[in-house]
Amino acid sequence: MGKMMQVVGIVGCFLLLGQDLAGAGDFAVFAGKEGAIKISGGTAHIPVMREVAERIMTLNPKVRITIAGGGSGVGIKQVGEGLVDIGNSGRKPTAEEIAAFNLKLFQWALDGVAVVVHPKNPVKALGSDQVRAIFAGKVSNWKDLGGPDQAIHVFSREETSGTREVFWTLALSKGEVSQAADVVPSNGAMKTAVAGDPAAVGYMSVGYVDQSVAAVVLDGVEPSIDNVRRGIYPVARGLFSNTKGEPGPLVKAFLDLLFAPEGQAIIQAKGFIPTGK
Amino acid sequence: MNVRERFTRGLLRAATLICASATAGILLFMLVLAVPLIASTGFRQLLFGNWAPLAGHYGILPMIAASALLTATAWGLSFPISLGCAALICELAPRRSAIWLHRMIQMMTGIPTVVYGFVGVFLLVPVIRETFAAGSGRCLLTATLVLALMITPTMVLFFVDALEAVPTGYRLAAAAAGADPIERLLWVIIPGARSGIVAGSLLAFGRALGDTLIALMLAGNAAQWPEGLLQSARTLTAHIALVIAADFESPEFRSIFLCGIVLYAITSATAMVAWRLRQRSSGGPR
Repeated sequence: MGKMMQVVGIVGCFLLLGQDLAGAGDFAVFAGKEGAIKISGGTAHIPVMREVAERIMTLNPKVRITIAGGGSGVGIKQVGEGLVDIGNSGRKPTAEEIAAFNLKLFQWALDGVAVVVHPKNPVKALGSDQVRAIFAGKVSNWKDLGGPDQAIHVFSREETSGTREVFWTLALSKGEVSQAADVVPSNGAMKTAVAGDPAAVGYMSVGYVDQSVAAVVLDGVEPSIDNVRRGIYPVARGLFSNTKGEPGPLVKAFLDLLFAPEGQAIIQAKGFIPTGK
Repeated sequence: MNVRERFTRGLLRAATLICASATAGILLFMLVLAVPLIASTGFRQLLFGNWAPLAGHYGILPMIAASALLTATAWGLSFPISLGCAALICELAPRRSAIWLHRMIQMMTGIPTVVYGFVGVFLLVPVIRETFAAGSGRCLLTATLVLALMITPTMVLFFVDALEAVPTGYRLAAAAAGADPIERLLWVIIPGARSGIVAGSLLAFGRALGDTLIALMLAGNAAQWPEGLLQSARTLTAHIALVIAADFESPEFRSIFLCGIVLYAITSATAMVAWRLRQRSSGGPR
């Protein structure tokens, strides 16, 4: 019995080691490379960009990667003017922008935002007009939406949140958000808040939704990862990295990582849906 | 003065200098960065306006009000409890339970803020929500209760030190004059410990004002004028934490910068008041 455990242990070690070696494989293309990559633009991209950059620079300190924010417009403009190598945008660049700057687009993730309520809430589906009324504070009781006679507790996100930006633009059509809404500082805090309050309503990245909260069907469409991927769920956007013309070898290697298994794992860990090749 | 003494003295002087220049440096840094802000026409609006970014309003007055209200209520709740606790430990409780209480309070000072915040989210928020049925349970009252709990140990330990520093002779004299323990406490010991009590109170006040996590996790963070303790509100510190990711050039970033200045000003004013009070109570400048 003891011997068997030993064998299992050794095999386990090899398995772990194998996985580790395979993991280094995606990043190994940077071994021996040298140079700098400048990135700017969309803030939603930053967590993923930073993680990938840190891993590359840890493996190979001769590669320098700088990441700046600025927003999607800035990213497209700066890459078009040749100020940065990669310009990130949380929207697809317009046909004019693509033509004017000769942009090449890499869409490596999707970001969908779902309206969430407590799992015990009987309200499981809402129309977008109802969602707008809730967040504007015009509908303030669940009984007006077919639920129990209970005041609605509205949770929103801070002003600089990318999730808020997507939700506000696509679900609320840039409409009013009530001043009285509680504000939580992250997708995780939103989950804690909504999971612990039977009368709560909030919104979060589809990648964060689990059994502790219930995602509301919006205008008849379930906000599942699959529906976001197929483009059916409307409150979603692609995360794009854009280059001016064909990227050079170093930039190409960086972008390829976002489509490799290890890169996709990072994208998923940051709450987005990786598109893959 | 031998070499060792000179060395020690130099070391201590350097430490003091570094501390003082860091504080002065922060003030200088903020003032230099504030010049364009103050010169701009929007300064008054930023300071005295309301917060509605979608409508182009970036005022921090609701946050100033929330910070003031939260700090004042938490301090007001904590002060009598702390003074009572310290009196128990030093004068009134039997020795064994006094030691036990003292140790427990010492342990409480070591609990990190985030733990208080966490416990508040999972235990206190539902209770407040069910009891008052006036919103999500994340409100000034919830934050006040937890914040008061957090600053109490600090105050108690300060007060205990202050009460113990009152010379035994006073106690004996009061007892000889026929004062019972309560009278001794009220008329002799607390007045005698006044300067330490003031110092402890103001330190706790500063802690309450500067605390970020408890307000961020429990007060609800709605940027509205706080009309009551059951309303969701956003403090200056929570506002800084929420908006820190904004671009340097954006009005949001300017607003958090102004929050920093306001906090600095209030804290400095508190420290100065403490200094004046201590001077007066110790009978003139030292």
